[in-house]
Amino acid sequence: MTRYLARRLGFLALTLLLTSLLVFVVTQLLPGDPASIILGREAGPAALAQLRAELGLDRPVPVQYGRWLGRFVSGDWGESYGTGQQIRPLVTERLGNSLRLAGLTLAVAIPLALLLGVIAAVNAERWPDALISVGSLAVVGLPEFVTGLVLIQLFSFQLGWLPANASVAPGAAFVSVLPQLILPAATATLVMLAYVARLTRASVLEELNRPYVRTAVLKGIGQRRVLTRHVLGNALLPAITVIAISFGWLISGLIVVENVFNYPGLGRLLTFAIDRRDLPLMQAITLVAVTAFALANLIADLLYALLDPRIRLG
Amino acid sequence: MSVLRPPAASRDGLDVRGLSVAYGRGPDSVAAVRDVDLHVPPGSTVGLVGESGSGKTTLALAVLRALPAGARIGPGRVTLDGDDVLAMQPEELRAYWRTRVALVPQDPLPSMNPSHPVGRQLAESLQPDRPGQADRDEIDDMLDSVGIGDPRRIRRSYPFELSGGQQQRVMIAMALLGRPELLVMDEPTSNLDVTTEAAILELVRERVRGTGTAVLYVSHSLAVVASLCDQVVVLYAGELVERAPVEPLYRQPLHPYTIGLLDSVPRIGRSKRQAPLRPIPGRIPSAAERPAGCIFAARCPAVEDACRAQRPGMDAAGEDHAVACRRWQEIVAGTIDARQPAPPSFHDDDGADTVVLRAERIDKRFTVRRSVVDRLLRRPGSEVHALRRVDLQLRHGRTLGLVGESGSGKSTFARAVVGLEPADAGRFTFLGDPLDRRVERRSRDQVRRLQMVFQSSDEALSPQRSVGATLRRALVRLAGTDRSAAGEAVATLLESVALTPDYAERRPGELSGGEKQRVAIARAFASGAEAILFDESVSGLDVSVQAAVLNLLDRLQREHDASYLFISHDLAVVAHLADDVAVLYLGQVMESGPAGHVLARPYHPYTEALLAAVPRPDPSAGPAREPLAGELPDPRQVAAGCPFATRCPRVLGPVCHEQAPPQQLSADGDHRIRCHIEPAELERLQAPLMGEEPG
Repeated sequence: MTRYLARRLGFLALTLLLTSLLVFVVTQLLPGDPASIILGREAGPAALAQLRAELGLDRPVPVQYGRWLGRFVSGDWGESYGTGQQIRPLVTERLGNSLRLAGLTLAVAIPLALLLGVIAAVNAERWPDALISVGSLAVVGLPEFVTGLVLIQLFSFQLGWLPANASVAPGAAFVSVLPQLILPAATATLVMLAYVARLTRASVLEELNRPYVRTAVLKGIGQRRVLTRHVLGNALLPAITVIAISFGWLISGLIVVENVFNYPGLGRLLTFAIDRRDLPLMQAITLVAVTAFALANLIADLLYALLDPRIRLG
Repeated sequence: MSVLRPPAASRDGLDVRGLSVAYGRGPDSVAAVRDVDLHVPPGSTVGLVGESGSGKTTLALAVLRALPAGARIGPGRVTLDGDDVLAMQPEELRAYWRTRVALVPQDPLPSMNPSHPVGRQLAESLQPDRPGQADRDEIDDMLDSVGIGDPRRIRRSYPFELSGGQQQRVMIAMALLGRPELLVMDEPTSNLDVTTEAAILELVRERVRGTGTAVLYVSHSLAVVASLCDQVVVLYAGELVERAPVEPLYRQPLHPYTIGLLDSVPRIGRSKRQAPLRPIPGRIPSAAERPAGCIFAARCPAVEDACRAQRPGMDAAGEDHAVACRRWQEIVAGTIDARQPAPPSFHDDDGADTVVLRAERIDKRFTVRRSVVDRLLRRPGSEVHALRRVDLQLRHGRTLGLVGESGSGKSTFARAVVGLEPADAGRFTFLGDPLDRRVERRSRDQVRRLQMVFQSSDEALSPQRSVGATLRRALVRLAGTDRSAAGEAVATLLESVALTPDYAERRPGELSGGEKQRVAIARAFASGAEAILFDESVSGLDVSVQAAVLNLLDRLQREHDASYLFISHDLAVVAHLADDVAVLYLGQVMESGPAGHVLARPYHPYTEALLAAVPRPDPSAGPAREPLAGELPDPRQVAAGCPFATRCPRVLGPVCHEQAPPQQLSADGDHRIRCHIEPAELERLQAPLMGEEPG
């Protein structure tokens, strides 16, 4: 197990290093000179050269990368080109908001998706299965902004039950912003639901056909108990990995959802940064998002290993 | 056993009447089992024998009401002690499973929940819904009685941590804990080594028989059934063809199919020179293409027109002996011959003693890879010494059989010979020239002359390529046959392995297992090979098909003057085919010599134990001797002394554990053994295992 943990941590470090390189290359080296973006088109060559020197853009590329990474790791994420604000407090605050929304989404979506998947598998080829399959396919076919707008139309404008705008004040307590979170979380839930539910169904069906299930049934164990004590434990193991991967979907889904609902999260901050071509901000947000995704996968792998004796003891 | 259960005499056991089972619905529905009668009295063991496609597992699962979805039972009746099993409603069915029946499946590992400790799964047999409340002492007693030495540790283990033999013992314990009235065992030893199989069969004899439990034992092996059962039921293509007590069935089988099956089984003590196998031609009809008349008519040597007209019913031919053949009386009287024709046999003993392939001091180690953490913590890497100074000689035009249990290094040796996994040390000589250990450094001609046939021909035959294309490729690229002549050569090759020329157009996916193996053999001969390695090449085949392939190998060897290295875990097959034999244990040759001598009067204690473990297709042979104790040790932890010392019944003392045994030659020069005991002493100790002397 220690060996496994060490290997996973090594992989994590390597992934993050590669991502940082990718982010750096994409944002820093592609056409579009940061100095001219900051100073505007009318800036003179002297001013540009001076700013380039200040930003270190005249140094060799590996040096630039090394300095950039070193500063990032030590917590100095720089200033936003657009607003001149310190990036780190800005990003961490928005990250908190996004995690709140993501957490709520996961808390609803995962149990619901697993439940639907299990119901579909147990009733395979019968009407509950068909209903869940068709329903989840229909939902997954719709883009987030459509789902979001439909929900707003229905629950805010028609019924008036929930606010359409989710712009929360900084530092507001979770309970007080909960009503505003419901619609964005519901939209994001619908995005994930179909994927996780379908994979859960496949996984449960596969386990149901394994010989150990027959062994359990022939011991005279009740149907429900065979499902809960034998099948689910093994079927939901792969679901852990699926959930971690779908976390990636959630991150990209949140970018759209936050914009639709005007929610002050990392996703909306990223659109803002892209609009302004605010390179340091984009870099910071991307790296934070990738780290969150990688950490989610690490946790999933560790959880998997902890629950599967073949890895834990092997 | 149970207090509440009436004594065995007043119970009826399992009774099956006119049972059919079909898969699929409507017009596509095919009957896997048709109109079968079966009776298993309490306390007796009934063997259900048949080749693949006979419907034996379907029948066994139907009796348990454990068929997969898509199967339909009926018409017919199944009763256990008079209770109608097919009429049971869900709650009754649960009670039936919980208290009255149990299954020991073929594959123990997938039949256990991988993420529950074994103890919890055993506890469920006692308390299906409250395993926590099960009596642990009872579980420990049961584990102890099925030969598991350390029950408390095993209870805490997960299935994957146990050896194959332990897994099957646990499954048997699981089945017995429920004190079933009916125990169904579905090929429980088919995937085990012969010594483990012998131990499990001994366990079934001791623990299950005589307890009042009715046992339905499903097997493809006539030998296993002969050594274990009271009654035998022979199934063919889903139908019952013969039913009899073990002794008369083997002494005087009445159905031509049973006769053919028994004639197809290779036996230790009867080599190809003494008794050629008589295979059953053709193949088992699929469920969709069954004839209206006798189901066996197409393959029967005693068939006449009337057989094809009407399906024969079961006829009483003696006490408890029933047979579904119109002509059984003529068969008993001997007025007709219901045996398959024997292949022509002309074996000469005067073959030259030229050595074709010589292996000297072949050594191979596998290191188990160390991770970065292991290196940081300076943990030693573990190493498996897979082959230890193996010396072997393959004589011209002869067959050298290489036997041993799994993990003995048989396949490693074969792969080293063909150079797929080069040996670390040692020397090969092939046709007088040195043969490099690595295949890349061998000449094209050497590669061409030394070929290999695998266990599964799927490894050797490309699924996209037609049979003809595969053979043409070998002909053109290795044998240098001219492209224009290749077509004709392919037809000749197919004919030589008894396949019609139209097989050239087929792809491997369209062929049966036996046909694929014939193509793989044809491919080996296509290159003009002079020495061919067979790695478990007939192991996956049904016995009637296996017999045909063995006869084919024998004929091709004579026609082509080829030399074979034949690797198998099945001693009877090796005893049939091989001229010389070498016995491998943990990478060392323990004994080698002429097959007729080594397998008839083994000197080495391991050869003796291995032979004693082989079940014989002859009920009068009696149960095997005391099975070998213990299991194959962890190959990473083999001591410096004799590798067999940990299990050897004739161990002398510390010398066996501490010193490597010397190589010794028996006085007659026929046994080369590696043992501390003097050959003369071994000769005195070893009672002959069978009456016949080699001819």
